[in-house]
Amino acid sequence: MSDAARIAEEARRADIRTRWWLTAPALFILFIAAVGPLFVVLLFSLMVKGDYGDVKYWQFSTDGWFSVFFERDIFDDTVGLAQAHMEILWRSVKLSLITTLLTLLVGFPTAYYISIQPPKKRDLLVFMITIPFWTNILIRTFAMQEVIRNEGVINTLLIWAGFIERPIQIMYTDWAIFFGMVYVYLPLMVLPLYASMEKIDFRLVEAGYDLYAGRFQVLRRVIIPLVKPGIVAGSILVFIPSLGAYVTPRVLGGGKNLMLGNLIDLQFGQGKNWPLGAALSITLLVIVTVALLVYVRNASRQGGGHGH
Amino acid sequence: MASAASAIDARGVSKVFKGAGQDEVRALDNVSVAIRENEFFTLLGPSGCGKTTLLRLIAGFDFPTEGEILLHGENIALLPPYKRPVNTVFQNYALFPHMTVGQNIAFGLEMLGKPRDEINARVTEMLKLVRMEDLRDRRTSQISGGQQQRVALARALAPRPKVLLLDEPLSALDYKLRKDMQIELKRLQHDTGITFIFVTHDQEEALTMSDRIAVMSKGKILQVGAPHDIYVRPADRFVANFIGETNFLVGRIASEKAGKAKVELAAGGTLSADAPDRGAPRGSEVTIVVRPENATLVPSGKGDIAGVVENVVYFGTDTHVHLKLADGSQFIVRQQNATLASDDYKPGQKAGIAVAPGTPRILKD
Repeated sequence: MSDAARIAEEARRADIRTRWWLTAPALFILFIAAVGPLFVVLLFSLMVKGDYGDVKYWQFSTDGWFSVFFERDIFDDTVGLAQAHMEILWRSVKLSLITTLLTLLVGFPTAYYISIQPPKKRDLLVFMITIPFWTNILIRTFAMQEVIRNEGVINTLLIWAGFIERPIQIMYTDWAIFFGMVYVYLPLMVLPLYASMEKIDFRLVEAGYDLYAGRFQVLRRVIIPLVKPGIVAGSILVFIPSLGAYVTPRVLGGGKNLMLGNLIDLQFGQGKNWPLGAALSITLLVIVTVALLVYVRNASRQGGGHGH
Repeated sequence: MASAASAIDARGVSKVFKGAGQDEVRALDNVSVAIRENEFFTLLGPSGCGKTTLLRLIAGFDFPTEGEILLHGENIALLPPYKRPVNTVFQNYALFPHMTVGQNIAFGLEMLGKPRDEINARVTEMLKLVRMEDLRDRRTSQISGGQQQRVALARALAPRPKVLLLDEPLSALDYKLRKDMQIELKRLQHDTGITFIFVTHDQEEALTMSDRIAVMSKGKILQVGAPHDIYVRPADRFVANFIGETNFLVGRIASEKAGKAKVELAAGGTLSADAPDRGAPRGSEVTIVVRPENATLVPSGKGDIAGVVENVVYFGTDTHVHLKLADGSQFIVRQQNATLASDDYKPGQKAGIAVAPGTPRILKD
């Protein structure tokens, strides 16, 4: 090996060593704070439940996983599908999908409006979109309650304007949950949408109009395909946390319309069934992972069209 | 001027852009121009002269503040772009990055609701026209700048527009490719028989391709004419200066006879030129233009004007000799190298300038 090659090889190794040292703190935190606890949750889901919460350590059983999907009848011991869990799972997925769709419907025009403003105003508007992040989600949710409760802003205004005679019941319904979730997750939709809309070359829109496409066709054939990565990113960013949403359904839904997050909370709290709670958590994780995989595949397929 | 045969007839068109504060920008100021059918018409001018604004008004991306724009006699000034049978080739092509070459070309036809078979046939025809048959299924990001240019042309021509607008389409190409595309554009215009309106700031490009040129400055059209007309008979100082290199000479009318005026130059000597249409009173001050190629260097003491060589610039095919005249003004003589030995003239040397008879022009202003 020539001297030059040896020196280059040494430099390369030193470079790799430096990189390992620089990434070590992040890897350490990730391992201790993410992989470790996840492993503990996985272990708990496979142990026997304790009588007053907790688990009986190192006594393994699949009861937790069994009761995620099935239930044993109290009287005749027959095994059936865990109806309640399936319903809650389905409700969570449904609510999250609807939330995602609503935030997309509201967020798309918002992001578009921001992206066509002059740069200075754009920065201000984006800044304003992030303002809700400054306040704790619990406080924002209680503020929402103030808006939609029977004596709240909406009902008071509607009665004052004469549209209704007695308040509409919004609190403690699915509507209240939609309301709250859309409000909480809207910025997570608007920001990625704006990020990809800002990059659109406006001449492409003009080219669309020039080639006989009306407003709707330009939206469908030019703008939406171009901001697709933003739509996918925003949808995932909204869908994943809404699936595990816990505060909003609890405060605005009154806890009677359980979602997956509330169900898990219940197992670790009053239910005193940690293995079941852990198994449910892992189930949620699997759903989220599948959603993420779909996103990554979509995003990488989209990538080809934008390279220049 | 405005007849039914005009493809585009702009009448008294003004466009005012309102700034952020009180300031307004008058991008077009009462512009009237008639563009004939099947014509290769060029809007030429420096940046900010309003040429692109006029193009955008014809395309429908902006609407005029005043005036009307007729397309074959029909006022289209306020129609949205998708209702005008006019297509544009954009400066940076604006090809859709999420579509293939073929899909880009098909887009306009699809929006017009043409049947699938017809669209496919037309796309094939267009690809053949711009010699890109092999690249139909390529992404637009995978082809070169010159190829993107051809796709942009094919896309704009596919829906058979009545008028094709080209917004400095060659400015992003390198010199050699630009030369090729100039000839290609001329061929396309001839083959398709569509009216081309071409916007450029490159006078050479305008002269080589156009049937007629409109020279614009500060939101106004200064002169409209065939390339030869504009080059030989520039209407004013701006046009003379913008199109090709020019020598400006100041002088006084000494006499006028039978439409010919003798002008006594401030730099010494006299030149004869066509008298201005409005007549030229004796003694009035005028500016005369002489193109560098219409002057030749002769031994000192001969010729029409005397000067001292300041600089000799070699250009390959020809040589530019810069001279200083008696009144301090600059004069450039361009000589073909076939007729001039490279070391004939040196800085500091005295020389005579002979101006070809009939070529000097008296400017209107």
